Amino acid sequence: MPDLLLELRSEEIPARMQRRAAEDLKKLVTDALVERGFLYEGARAFSTPRRLALHIAGLPARGEAVREERRGPRVGAPDAAVQGFLKGAGLTSLDQAKTVTDPKKGEFYLAVIERPGRETLDVLAEILPEIIRTFPWPKSMRWGAASAEPGALRWVRPLQSIVATFGPETETPEIVPFSIGGIAAGTVTYGHRFLAPDPIEVRRFDDYIQALERAKVILDPERRKDVILHDARDLAFARGLDLVEDEGLLEEVSGLVEWPVVLMGSFDESFLDIPAEAIRATIRANQKCFVLRKGGSEDLAPAFILVSNLVASDGGQAITAGNERVVRARLSDAKFFWETDRAIRLEDRLPKLDAIVFHEKLGTQGERIARIAALARALAPLVGADPALAERAARLAKADLVTEMVGEFPELQGLMGRKYAALQGEHDSVCAAIEEHYKPVGPSDRVPSDPVSIAVALADKLDTLVGFWAINEKPTGSKDPFALRRAALGVIRYLLEGGRFNLVMVLDGHAERVDESIKKAHLASAGPGLVSFGQAFSPIAWGGRQVRSNSLDLLAFFADRLKVYLRDQGARHDLIDAVFALPGQDDLLMVVRRVEALAKFLDTEDGKNLLAGYKRAANILRIEEKKDGRAYDAAPDSGLAAAGEPAERALAEALAKARETASAAIAREDFAGAMQALSTLRAPVDAFFQDVTVNAPDPKLRENRLLLLNALRAATREVAEFAKIEG
Amino acid sequence: MSQKKSFQGLILTLQEFWAAQGCVILQPYDMEVGAGTFHPATTLRALGPKPWKAAYVQPSRRPKDGRYGENPNRLQHYYQFQVILKPNPPNLQELYLASLAAIGVDLKLHDIRFVEDDWESPTLGAWGLGWECWCDGMEVSQFTYFQQVAGFECAPVAGELTYGLERLAMYVQGVENVYDLDFNGAEGPDRITYGDVFLQAEQEYSRHNFEAADTAMLFRQFTDAEAACRTYLAAGAPEAEGERHRMAQPAYDQCIKASHVFNLLDARGVISVTERQSYILRVRDLAKACGAAWLKTAAGGA
Repeated sequence: MPDLLLELRSEEIPARMQRRAAEDLKKLVTDALVERGFLYEGARAFSTPRRLALHIAGLPARGEAVREERRGPRVGAPDAAVQGFLKGAGLTSLDQAKTVTDPKKGEFYLAVIERPGRETLDVLAEILPEIIRTFPWPKSMRWGAASAEPGALRWVRPLQSIVATFGPETETPEIVPFSIGGIAAGTVTYGHRFLAPDPIEVRRFDDYIQALERAKVILDPERRKDVILHDARDLAFARGLDLVEDEGLLEEVSGLVEWPVVLMGSFDESFLDIPAEAIRATIRANQKCFVLRKGGSEDLAPAFILVSNLVASDGGQAITAGNERVVRARLSDAKFFWETDRAIRLEDRLPKLDAIVFHEKLGTQGERIARIAALARALAPLVGADPALAERAARLAKADLVTEMVGEFPELQGLMGRKYAALQGEHDSVCAAIEEHYKPVGPSDRVPSDPVSIAVALADKLDTLVGFWAINEKPTGSKDPFALRRAALGVIRYLLEGGRFNLVMVLDGHAERVDESIKKAHLASAGPGLVSFGQAFSPIAWGGRQVRSNSLDLLAFFADRLKVYLRDQGARHDLIDAVFALPGQDDLLMVVRRVEALAKFLDTEDGKNLLAGYKRAANILRIEEKKDGRAYDAAPDSGLAAAGEPAERALAEALAKARETASAAIAREDFAGAMQALSTLRAPVDAFFQDVTVNAPDPKLRENRLLLLNALRAATREVAEFAKIEG
Repeated sequence: MSQKKSFQGLILTLQEFWAAQGCVILQPYDMEVGAGTFHPATTLRALGPKPWKAAYVQPSRRPKDGRYGENPNRLQHYYQFQVILKPNPPNLQELYLASLAAIGVDLKLHDIRFVEDDWESPTLGAWGLGWECWCDGMEVSQFTYFQQVAGFECAPVAGELTYGLERLAMYVQGVENVYDLDFNGAEGPDRITYGDVFLQAEQEYSRHNFEAADTAMLFRQFTDAEAACRTYLAAGAPEAEGERHRMAQPAYDQCIKASHVFNLLDARGVISVTERQSYILRVRDLAKACGAAWLKTAAGGA
């Protein structure tokens, strides 16, 4: 079966886009073929800095023929019907149609339409230009004289040539006949820019990949990565060093070379005074080189691995020397930053942060730090941290943002602050908190355990949330420019790992600080005269307190995030809703415990039956309440119940007892105990529904029975809003 | 040191090389600019349908980069060699590599790489895609295919090359400190270094940029330049449909001036982060208005 070879050769494609582009090319071409009924045996896509290549094996030479019968009007039908039939079937006269006799309907016309399968080559010539024209590059451009015209071809960088051949292994394949943007598909490509500048004639994938290899191009990015990794390890090993492996860098570097040549350079030992992370950051970010460790040690070695794209005639000496020069210059800068940064104490940097605007409406970084420090101090006792240390750490936590080192390498924020704090003799917990307060940065990142770190991290994230909530910059849909979802998730993770406090109270308290900042920022930008600013404090009664509506809105956001988080861990979202539906639920750890206990309870027979009983009771109540136009929400008359049927009496007694026990258990935060108490209701509820007619003829009795059902509803509300539970 | 490897020799070689490619060799624009791109031979000529090939040296001023002559790699005044070819020829990469060979970079010995670097100038309302060109891990040039300038689509696209001359010379000469660069290639008492020419200037201008530049005057100058730009644009505006604009270039000079004055104010640290953005937008508005005016001139294709 024939194969397709496609190569799109261009000027250098950004490394970060290559892999995705190769995958997109494969998907687009194979999808277009399958859509037209062309199946294939296998497809692989490749990329180098200068080309995307696609090999599709086992395509048919032509598509399958299609035979279709179309029934026409009866013989002798009016001319309009006949003409319509001929047109629809693509016939010119009735001679081309058959006549068929049907025993019931008599004679009628039948058109047999036979379409031969299309040549695969033609289909390829049709789909490839369209795919190239609409290729989903993250960023694309126009170029050359053709760019004067509207609608000029766009590509990631100028497209230089196209190879597109199709044919079976045993014959010379044909060129897929198309051209686009003035480039005709052909059989000529080029190898390595410097090592093999002559044109190469290729026929099909097998000889293409070999010809490229001879022309110093390794087509497969995975192979380039292997070569780099193995050569780098070997070079390191030979000098008694260990490679610091870095998958992201390896991926990038493999996208910068067609023919990797791994070399080792060195730098002066004295640069090792610079923190290892800073050395690595500068060598990685600026030079795209790997750092090395001294054999069997955690310490960096004064050497680095570079990956060049050239087999140089001097064995790479000039290339190594050139790279060493640049690394030396970069490390000199880093060393200069490291030394000058240390000359200024972190607290002395704070005035500089007063001049930096954090957000137009929320004021300066300085303001923000003051808020975080106050909040960290307030949170400290709640998380078991020393308030003075928490405040100190928060004051210093952002100071490294105005150091030279972090200015140059933003990814070192926090880490450099920690180093500078340690050098100026800060308490260990303060140093740790400066680095750790950014955590967790992702789902796999750990949550720090030092209480001071926790206090500052919570304060940082809560300030962000309360701040952006106050100025109504909430995430919408996929837009979350201030990473508020991540901040909320961070808070949730701290709280679930043992933090205990009433979130709404904390949010309310901090909203006052934020209001002050908003007021100040507003006065600073608009000058005096304007008096309206910020969101008005609109208190709402909630869980027996007056709280801000914004805090409740934010709590709902936390609940949503918690749902997402717990769902990822397998929890049922309806149970989370059922717990949050109770008033005053803002202690997230307790919410989660309660959800867990509820889930366990609902897994038992007692739980399932009680839920069914609850639903039945709620249904009856809903219908009767609607019919009667009143709510049955008072307590039942226990005397009346006692005088009633045995099942009625038993339920009334069980309800009173269960509710009391459950309530006491909840007060002890013993959720399993509360569920246990509810589970005693199962038998009396079942018996009640079996033996007792709720809609008794005696209105007094009927009312009391409805009130009994309401008591069941009320009892379940001790643990959750059962109405929200599905099933 | 051979003449060819000296700082001035390098410039002469590049000029010769690009002259041979049909470029007009221009002289630096006689105003303070932050980069060679600001020269009207690039910014304005990149707009409109007319072909254009030019090369020139442009002294570039980055007031914030001053280091009082104490940093071996940073200068507040340095030279760029700028090439613009509109439309870009299909072999622009090859031409660029040939120019490196011309100044003595042996392509069999050195690792030249085109590393993604998309260029954007917020003040000029311009962007393009291209690379930074690495020689053995050091960035020696910028290579950009202009897509938009002054807010207008480039049709056709121009290719722009910018050589950082000091860096390139340091590389070619194997020098670690910019002030040690051999400037004229002469021997003995006639030998002149980059430091002989520019060290004192770096010290003086760093003082000026960071400590002394008269900010009240600069704020006035910014407002004046902005107003003058608008005045000249209005004065030169076509009087009837189909007529040409008659003062695009003088207006653009005022845009350049506003941009440089802003850079000085920025170096003096008197522009806050929020204000910064609004100043950039004000300059961009001028650049856009000048670009629009240029497109109504003869050279702009009207």
